[in-house]
Amino acid sequence: MDRLLLTGATFCLLLSFGYTLFALGAGRFRPGAVNLVAILGGFVILTADLWIRGHAQGSCPINSLFDVLVFMCWSILLIYLVIGPAYHLSLLGAFTSPLVFLVLLFAQLGPVGPAAQGRFDHDPWTELHAALSLVAYGAFALAAVAGLMYLVQDRQLKKRRAGALLYNLPPIADLGVANARLIRLGFGLLTAGFIAGFAAGHVGGVHTNGIKFLASVLIWAGYGAILLLRKIRRLPPKRTAEASMVVFCVALLALPAIQYLSSHK
Amino acid sequence: MNIVCAGINHRSATVDIREKFAVGPHELEQALTRIRGIDGLAGAVIVSTCNRVEYYTASVCPIRVLDGLREYLQERSGGNDAPLYTHESPASVRHLFRVASGLDSMVIGETEILGQLKQAYAAATACGATTRHLNKLFQHAFRVAKQVRSETQITRGSTSVGSVAVDLAGKIFGDLNGRTVMMLGAGEISERTSRSFVSRGVDNVIVTNRTFERAARLAEEIGGMAVHFDDWHNAFDNVDILICSTAAPHPVVTREKLEPLLKRRNDRPLFIIDLAVPRDAEASVNDLENVYLYDIDSLEQIVRQSLEVRRAEVVRCEKMIDQHVGEYVGWMRNHIAFLT
Repeated sequence: MDRLLLTGATFCLLLSFGYTLFALGAGRFRPGAVNLVAILGGFVILTADLWIRGHAQGSCPINSLFDVLVFMCWSILLIYLVIGPAYHLSLLGAFTSPLVFLVLLFAQLGPVGPAAQGRFDHDPWTELHAALSLVAYGAFALAAVAGLMYLVQDRQLKKRRAGALLYNLPPIADLGVANARLIRLGFGLLTAGFIAGFAAGHVGGVHTNGIKFLASVLIWAGYGAILLLRKIRRLPPKRTAEASMVVFCVALLALPAIQYLSSHK
Repeated sequence: MNIVCAGINHRSATVDIREKFAVGPHELEQALTRIRGIDGLAGAVIVSTCNRVEYYTASVCPIRVLDGLREYLQERSGGNDAPLYTHESPASVRHLFRVASGLDSMVIGETEILGQLKQAYAAATACGATTRHLNKLFQHAFRVAKQVRSETQITRGSTSVGSVAVDLAGKIFGDLNGRTVMMLGAGEISERTSRSFVSRGVDNVIVTNRTFERAARLAEEIGGMAVHFDDWHNAFDNVDILICSTAAPHPVVTREKLEPLLKRRNDRPLFIIDLAVPRDAEASVNDLENVYLYDIDSLEQIVRQSLEVRRAEVVRCEKMIDQHVGEYVGWMRNHIAFLT
């Protein structure tokens, strides 16, 4: 059943991704209801999948790399659905769906499946720590998407290309603001996740793997440095967009390692 | 029942001829009353804009109606023969749908004509000059125009340098309310461009010119503020859009001058519109972060691109229109009306 639901969600995201490619090819790239409906459908199906697996595992379903990737996809869609309308970034969906589609596809085709049971021993602080950290990843993913859109729009404007992309992407100033706000949101959530981790006694103590802790702190520090440099005007919006993409790629690559170390502590 | 269309437009008649046949709003009711007296005519709508004067009529006897219209137009123009084009349904239906969609306009895809058609139809309805067939025809035309606009790119982009500049500013800043424009040089094109920005919400305009009196005069007209030419960089901190049009033989906005000014701007984007020839802004300024430089050639290039995109969309629009013409003509066949 859970695989069926995941396939359904992946199909929804594929539909959105395919529609974006088709619209781009036809030169009619504009925000439309197709992306929103497909993303909403994917989100509802993923929620059902997480709910079923959460009940089966007896905890928040983030107990294996597969679980973590699926939960992160859910977080990205959740933040898109909450933040997108607020920032009038409907086109963010066209860029979000390929990312979520690829991560979901990787999760499904990867060697690790869903965990058979929970590993948190019903410790709510640990579950909160893990869940908040993954939702933070969702915000960072969307920050990277907004950063990519910023760079695309910057290139269109600099090269004076008046194509469909220029006319349908949001204003570059709005993209810069959204990029910075999403980093702030993710950083706040990750910090809250760290605090929950400390509260659970899992950080810095015998329960925590040193390399996992170090990797997590480096990602946190990376985003913290972006925010600090932005605050003191040492990082212009274009560099912020690039940095948010680089740090997210590093975080995404580090995620399997962190997850592996977490499950072998 | 037949829909008959007779008229002149920007292709069939020059402006000195069109103005002879134009029907102003104040004389519309009288004109409608007069042509409703034409034998065989059931109802009429008169569309009179700067580019066209067209009569859409419902009739069971098109030949008599066309003769009557020619006679009326001769009367109106003091004996001149109008270079009229005439269409009967389904060609007249297709013509109206094309007009409503902006395909028959001087600038393909312009949208003002739809509002003018709506006004003309509302005026005819208010005079009681429309019939069931004309009502259905115009409602259908408005629907076709909406579909063509939303499902094709016939209205995409801008078709004048001023509107391209305003569109680009929208793509940089989003909302233009509260933005500040600086005019470096008070030339005619830059004045028109500034007015375009003001009409889109820009509320601060700073004018600077080598002749301060001219800057002051223009600033007063636009509702802006004049500064001395040598002080333009001192008033630069809050400027979002810089419109250059000086007659200087060398660049006024150089990279060396701009770099220190940008440091004071808190990473805000700067849009430079260089309308001057020779150019006022060094090309390398575009390489600076947060600076977007467009000269007159690049703006005109975008205008040309927009027109090309619109022209390429015409075939798709025509297909949509053909389908709607078929629907309307089918409806006409099923709703035959007789003059009483």
